[in-house]
Amino acid sequence: MRVTRRAFLAGGSAAAASVVAGPWASRSHAQGGPVKIGLVLPYTGVYAVLGESITQGMELVFARENWTVAGRKIEMIKEDDEMKPPVGVRKTEKLIDSDKVDILTGPVHSGILMGMRDKVHSSKTILIVSNAGADAISRERCSHWIFRTSFSNWQPCQPMGGWVAKNVSKEVFLTAPNYQAGKDMMNAFKETFTPAGGKVVAEDYPKLGETDYAPYLTKIKQSGAKAVFAFFSGTDAVNFVKQYDQFGLKGSIKLTGAGFLTEPDVLPAQGRSALGVITGHFYTPQLDSPMNKKFVTDFKAKFGGKTPDGFACQGYDTAEVIVRALKAVGGNTQDKDKLVEAIAKTEFDSPRGRFRFDPKTHNVIQPFIYIREVREVTGGLDNVPIDKVADVRDPGTGCTLPT
Amino acid sequence: MFVPDFFGQALNGLSYGVLLFLLSVGLTLIFGMLDVVNLAHGSFYMLGAYAGLATIAALGNFWIALVVAPLVVGAIGAVMERLALRPLYRRSPLDQVLLTFGFIYLFEDLVKWIWGGRIRSIPPPDVFSGSVTILGATIPSYRLFVIAFGFAMAVALWLLIERTRLGSIIRAGVFDAEMTAGLGINMPVVFTAVFAFGAALGGLSGVVAGPIQSASPPMGAGILVPALIVVVVGGLGSLKGSLAGSLIIGQAETFGKAWLPGASMMMIYLVMAAIVLLRPQGLFGRPLK
Repeated sequence: MRVTRRAFLAGGSAAAASVVAGPWASRSHAQGGPVKIGLVLPYTGVYAVLGESITQGMELVFARENWTVAGRKIEMIKEDDEMKPPVGVRKTEKLIDSDKVDILTGPVHSGILMGMRDKVHSSKTILIVSNAGADAISRERCSHWIFRTSFSNWQPCQPMGGWVAKNVSKEVFLTAPNYQAGKDMMNAFKETFTPAGGKVVAEDYPKLGETDYAPYLTKIKQSGAKAVFAFFSGTDAVNFVKQYDQFGLKGSIKLTGAGFLTEPDVLPAQGRSALGVITGHFYTPQLDSPMNKKFVTDFKAKFGGKTPDGFACQGYDTAEVIVRALKAVGGNTQDKDKLVEAIAKTEFDSPRGRFRFDPKTHNVIQPFIYIREVREVTGGLDNVPIDKVADVRDPGTGCTLPT
Repeated sequence: MFVPDFFGQALNGLSYGVLLFLLSVGLTLIFGMLDVVNLAHGSFYMLGAYAGLATIAALGNFWIALVVAPLVVGAIGAVMERLALRPLYRRSPLDQVLLTFGFIYLFEDLVKWIWGGRIRSIPPPDVFSGSVTILGATIPSYRLFVIAFGFAMAVALWLLIERTRLGSIIRAGVFDAEMTAGLGINMPVVFTAVFAFGAALGGLSGVVAGPIQSASPPMGAGILVPALIVVVVGGLGSLKGSLAGSLIIGQAETFGKAWLPGASMMMIYLVMAAIVLLRPQGLFGRPLK
């Protein structure tokens, strides 16, 4: 290639300019440009209500800060993962490689989380998981770059075992969808249920997306169990809880479960069939703390009277972590190790209680797992706290974070 | 212990089978008459559930919804047949399959656009909100209603097809559409009517299933596979086959779930494979040419 005089001059002056402008240019990138936050969440389909709640929780915090933290604008880049792992992974790659986001958050689906984990880890992108509960992310697949503000699947179920054995019955039927999370949750329940003298009468694992639970309900009825511990979510939760009631089981066999069974995304469709169902979860809008009351009031005011749910709380805490960590490092997102350190140290009053990460796993330590019962309250049905278990920390088996 | 268990599961299987019958009979009717495998039949089921929800929201009555929703879905079916399917009758079956497949997405997005993606549900009518115990087996009274309703529909359809002039036109059309047209029957109108009627039956099943299941936009795509299996087992285009196939698949799936939970998904495919091996045309289908 022949270098013309003009090209040489143009190239040379550009190089000179970059040398001269260098320090200021990179400084403006670190301090002046927006902090880019990538969201990988479902925005279409049945789970869109979850993505929406998480996003709204985040927006509430950023709006309070006027979308500016430590002198830098906050920019959210939303990507719809459609609850499909290949789509979620592709959107993750787009956010990391072309948008060059500073912080990544999401997803709802554990399969997407496991699929994006290696890309996040190898590209040293900071990921704050705002829903997906796959235990492995706090255990053998944990990463220096990955935090979780939501929960591990183990967390809402493990304390329920001992509680159900003590307060409901020692003869329990277990049921969950036939996939990893379902089995993980049932095993977590057994960890405290069996030592408390509980006896698992039988277990059943219907397929994910089951529409007719009749055969299982007849078996539950005939099994002689005094209570059921169940985990279902989405349409499965609606179908199971409705049919459980229609088969007349609710009166004689107490239904208990993981909190997702009666979360606000399914509760309206379940209606009165859900009355009396007892579940374990780290949040309910019915919590009686000043912090939560303010959160509920502010959230309702901003989003047209909508009551926040656990997903909104997860979004709120994710954004709160981001805001506090950015302030701690003076808005410098270039030094990623410093930022990770700042995130790990974040501690504040969340609607769910005192929020902090477990330094061993980067997973949230649940201040409480609330035992909640579906009751009638003003404005409809809601999960009313009746008891709580403090400081629920994932065992983190097999996780060795570099400290 | 065994007797109530067995009897209870048989009742469960019966109510599930009857739901499958209501769902699949429209599909098999459309196939028998029009030679179209309408993959969008599950969408009629979904549209029926949503039309039922809208009717109940407006008028607060399940029974009115049971009449209105099928009419609405039937009208949608008539429009779909006239505007989209008719131009394709002379094309290959693959083109028709692709077209109806496309309609699955169209209807799903339409419902999302109007009602959003949130999960909804139809409460059972007050008379049938409890449960009853028969021979030690407990079953929701609404499911007993579904069983009775399904068999009443089967009888009504049989009378319509075997005992009325319209029915004889349909039967003649299934046998040989060109010859029937030659006898002075306006076949295009009959085609539209049959398609609309099949769609209305799909819509009806959506309302009937509403109190048992939840309603969400992807529900139509989910129910398509069991409906197709029923049609294959019973024999394409046969009313009797649709009923027999539904009841067999209903029992196979229910007892599979009850006794072999790990292999319950496999059960219905095993039954289908066995029947297709022994009778490739299905239980009541016309022998294959």
